[in-house]
Amino acid sequence: MSGLALRGISKAYGDNHILRDVTIEAQPGEFVALVGPSGCGKTTLLRIAAGLDHADRGSVWLGERDMTAMRPSERDIAMVFQSYALYPHLTAGQNIAVPLAMRDLTIWQRLPGIGNLMPSQRGIRADIQRRVLETARSLRIDHLLDRKPGQMSGGQRQRVALGRALVRSPAAFLMDEPLSNLDANLRVHTRAEIVELHRRAGVTTLYVTHDQAEALSMADRVAVMIGGRLLQFDTPEGIYSNPAHIEVARFIGSPQINLLNGEVDAAHGVRIGGRLLAEGVNARPGTSVTVGFRPEAIKLGAPEQAGLIASLRRIEFLGSETLVFIDLAGGGDTLVAKLAPSDATAFALGQAVTIMAASRDVLVFGGDGARLSVSPPMRMVANG
Amino acid sequence: MDSIALPAGGRAGTSNPAAAARRSEAFAGWRLAGPAVALLALLILLPTIAVVALSLTDFELGYDEIRFVGLDNYLELLDDRTFLISLGNTLTYTLIVTPLSVALGLGAALLIEADVRGRALFRTVYFLPVVSLLVAMATVWQYLLHPTIGPVNALLRLVGIAGPNWLGGSDTVLLSLAFIGVWQAVGFNMVLFLAGLTAIPRELYAAAEVDRAATAWDRFWLVTWPMLGPTTLFVVTISVINAVKVFETVSTITQGGPNRASEVLLWTIYQEGFVYLRVGYASAMTVVFLGILMVLMVLQYRALDQRVHYT
Amino acid sequence: MTPQAWTLARALRLAILSVGALVFLAPYVWMLSTAMKPREEIFSSSLTLIPERLAVVENFSKAFTRVPMLQLLMNGVIVCTIILVVQVLVALPCAYALAKLRFPGARTLIAAIMLGLLVPIHATALPIYVALSGAGVLNTYFALAAPFMISVFAIFLFLQFFRAMPDDLINAARLDGMSELGIVLRVIVPNAWPAITAFSIFSVVAHWNDLFWPQIVVTETAMAPPPLGLIFFRAAEAGDDYGALMAATVVVTVPLLAAFLLAQRRFIEGITLTGLKG
Repeated sequence: MSGLALRGISKAYGDNHILRDVTIEAQPGEFVALVGPSGCGKTTLLRIAAGLDHADRGSVWLGERDMTAMRPSERDIAMVFQSYALYPHLTAGQNIAVPLAMRDLTIWQRLPGIGNLMPSQRGIRADIQRRVLETARSLRIDHLLDRKPGQMSGGQRQRVALGRALVRSPAAFLMDEPLSNLDANLRVHTRAEIVELHRRAGVTTLYVTHDQAEALSMADRVAVMIGGRLLQFDTPEGIYSNPAHIEVARFIGSPQINLLNGEVDAAHGVRIGGRLLAEGVNARPGTSVTVGFRPEAIKLGAPEQAGLIASLRRIEFLGSETLVFIDLAGGGDTLVAKLAPSDATAFALGQAVTIMAASRDVLVFGGDGARLSVSPPMRMVANG
Repeated sequence: MDSIALPAGGRAGTSNPAAAARRSEAFAGWRLAGPAVALLALLILLPTIAVVALSLTDFELGYDEIRFVGLDNYLELLDDRTFLISLGNTLTYTLIVTPLSVALGLGAALLIEADVRGRALFRTVYFLPVVSLLVAMATVWQYLLHPTIGPVNALLRLVGIAGPNWLGGSDTVLLSLAFIGVWQAVGFNMVLFLAGLTAIPRELYAAAEVDRAATAWDRFWLVTWPMLGPTTLFVVTISVINAVKVFETVSTITQGGPNRASEVLLWTIYQEGFVYLRVGYASAMTVVFLGILMVLMVLQYRALDQRVHYT
Repeated sequence: MTPQAWTLARALRLAILSVGALVFLAPYVWMLSTAMKPREEIFSSSLTLIPERLAVVENFSKAFTRVPMLQLLMNGVIVCTIILVVQVLVALPCAYALAKLRFPGARTLIAAIMLGLLVPIHATALPIYVALSGAGVLNTYFALAAPFMISVFAIFLFLQFFRAMPDDLINAARLDGMSELGIVLRVIVPNAWPAITAFSIFSVVAHWNDLFWPQIVVTETAMAPPPLGLIFFRAAEAGDDYGALMAATVVVTVPLLAAFLLAQRRFIEGITLTGLKG
C-alpha cells in the first residue's frame, strides 16, 4: 500500500492561476477529501494526480515512485468520473473488464474480431470474466452485467463506474464528485457505501467534492481549497472547530458562521457594541479583526443578563433544531443561532435578548484572513 | 364592462367549446400545410406514380400513340448491353468511391481534430470542392489529366513515366472519374465526421487513458470508432447514394465514352429519356434506379436498428 | 510521452495534411494559372505556373463574349432565388403545422414526407419533363425552378427544429392574441434562423451546381444557368482553347467560393447540419 503525494503543484492558464503551490500528502490507505467552491482548482488537481493534466511546477508521488512524467496508463491509478464516463457501446460487464483487458491482453489479442482467434487469450479472458463477476457481486450489480449504460439508472451507472475502478485493485483511487449526479436520498446512501468500500479495500483515496457534508462525513482528512490555494488540511473536526483561515470558517458549516468586524484595543481585547468579545488577542492594538462564532455556540439570554443586546427577527423551525435570526442593536449585523427546539420556545419575535458565547468558541481572524491566537481560553465572554 | 364568459351559441354547433377548438386547430393546420400538400402531390407523388405507369408503356415523346406493353420494357432491359454495362460501371464506380471517400474523410477529420495547428486552414481547403461548381472543376480536371498538355502527365514525364490517356482510355476512364468523385466527396464526409468527433464526450478519452488504453491506437478502437458508429453508417449511406447518382462529371467530360466505358446509370437514363425521347423505356430504367435507392435506405435503417443504437 | 515524440507526431500530422491539401488545391491553382496563360504556353505543356506572357484580358474577354456570361450568372441567381424563396415559404408553415398543431391526416402527411425524402429529382424528371414540354414552357425560369418548388427535406429539417421549440412559447403567443400565421411569422421564423440559414446554404449550393435538370429543360444559351452555360461554352469553343475555358470556369466558380470563404463557419455548419439530418 502506498501513499499519494502532490508536492508544490502550481498551474496557470496565462494569467489565470488555477493552482498555487498546493501540497497534499495522503498517507497509505487514507481517505482524503478535496473540498472547495466550484472553480477552486480541486478538479484540476485531481486530473493532475491522474496524469490527465500536467502541472507547471511540482511533482506527483505514489509511495516512492515519482509519477510526474508518467502517462495515466502507467500510474496504476483508478478514477471515477463525475459523468461516470462509461463506454456507451459496451455492456456493464465489458465496461468493468476494459482496464483488465488493456493490462492483460496484447494488442493483437484485443483486436476486434481477430483477437478471439489469437492463442492463449482464452485463459486470460476467463480470468478477466471471473474478476469482473467478483467485483460486480461485491457491488451487487452482477444482475446488470449484460446491460448497456443507456439501459441503467444513474445509481446503477455509478456502481458500474465504481466497479471499473475497483476491479484492478489500483494503488490509489481518484474520485471526481462521484455522487453529484445522484438524487439526495441515493447520495446519502452511496456515501456510506463508498466509505465501507474504502475501509474494506484500504486503498489511498483522493475524493473531490463541493459538498462539505460529504467531505466531513467521509474523509479521514479534509483539504479545503479556495481560489487555487490549499487553506487547511486537517481532520474533519479540526477543519470545523479550529479553522485556520476565515475562508475555511466561512465555507464549512451550515448555516454559515457568524462574523463581526472589530478592532483590537489597547488591552489586546476586541469589543463590539461595548462588550468584550475576546481577550488576549495576539495582534497589535488598532488591528482590524473579524470575530466569528458558530451558530450553535450562541446562547441567548434574557435582556437583563450581560451580553450583546439584540432583538429577535425571525425564527425557523427545522424539526431537530430551530434557527433564530437576531439583529444586533445599533448596527446592521444579523446573527444566526442554532438552538434546540425546546430552548427556542422561550423566545418570541421582536423580543430583546442578549447573546453569549463561551470564549473557547470565539474565533478571531486578522485582516489577511489568518487565524489569530487568543489567550487565555475558557471564559464566558461578552459579559464585561 | 367586458365579461370573461364567452357568449354562448351564435353559430349552431359551437355549443361544445372543445370540439370547436379542435375544429379550428384542424382548419388552421390544413390551411398552413395546404400549399405543401398540393405541391407534394403534384411534384413528387404524381410523377413517381407516373414514372411507374409510363414504364409499362411504349410512350415516346413526339409520337401520339401510347400502348400498354406490360413488363416488356423490363424484359428488354435484361438484354440491353448498354444498360447492363451502365449498371456494372455504376457499381464499380460506387465500390471505388465509397470506401475511399469515407476512409479519407475519416482520416482527414481525425488528423485535423488531433491538434489545433492549421485546423481551420485544412478544414477550409478540404471543404473547397464541396462548394465548387462540379461541372467547372470537372473541366479543370479534364485539363489536368489531358494526355499531352496536362500537368499530371507532364509531372509523370519528369520522373520518366509515360502517363496514360486518363480520361480517354477505356481502362482508365472509370478510375479517373472515381478519383474526381473521391476528391469531391472527401470534404463533405470530413465535416460530418468532424461533427461526430466533437460530439464524443472528452471524459471518455480521459477514462480510457486511466483504464490503461495507453496508445492513440487503443483509444481509437475503445472510444472513437464505436462512438462514431452512427456517423459512419450515415456517411457510408450518403456516399453510396451520391456515388450511384454520378452524372455531372460524366456529362461534362466523357459523355459515357470511350466505347461505353464510362456509361453510368443516370447518363444512360438521360440519353434514353431526354435525348432519344424513349420515355417509356427510360421510365423502366428510372424505376430500377429508384429501386436501388430504396434498397440502400432499407439496408441503412436495418443496420441502424441493429448495431449502432446505444440508448 | 516525451516532447520529442510530440513534435514528431505533430510534424507527421502537418506533413500528411499538407500533402493532401496540395492535391485538393492543385486544380484551383492550375485553373487560375491556365486562365492567365496564352494558348502557346498551355500547349508547351510545361509545369510552370506563372505565365511568361499574361493573357488575362484575352482569355477573360473570350469567356465573357463567346457566351453571355453575365446573363448565365444572372440566370443562376434568379433560379436559385426563386427556388429558395418558394421552398422556404411552402415548408415553414407546413412544418409548423405538423410540429405544433393537431389535425387529421398529419401522421399520413409526415409519412408521405419521409417517403418523399427517398425520391430524388432523377426519378421524377421524366413525367415532369413530359408535362412541361406539353405545356410548351421549356426554356423558361419556371421550367428550371418547377420541380424544386417543394422541398420535403426543408419540411423535414424545419419539423425537427420546431419540435424542439417549447410549446409554451406558442401558447404564450396565442394568449397574446396572435393568429396561427402570425405565430409562424413573428415567433417561429425569428427563432428558426439557424435552420433557415443552414437550409438556404444547402439549397443554393445544390441548385447553383446542378446540371442534370437544366440540361433537360434548357436548350437555349440565354436561359442556361452557369453549369449548363459552361457546357455550351465548351461546345461553342470546339477546339481546345483551355485558356478561355479556364477563364470561364473561374468566373462561374468564384461567386459561391467567395461566399464560402467569407462565411466559412456558417457554410460548414449549414452543410453539416443539413447533411446529418438528411
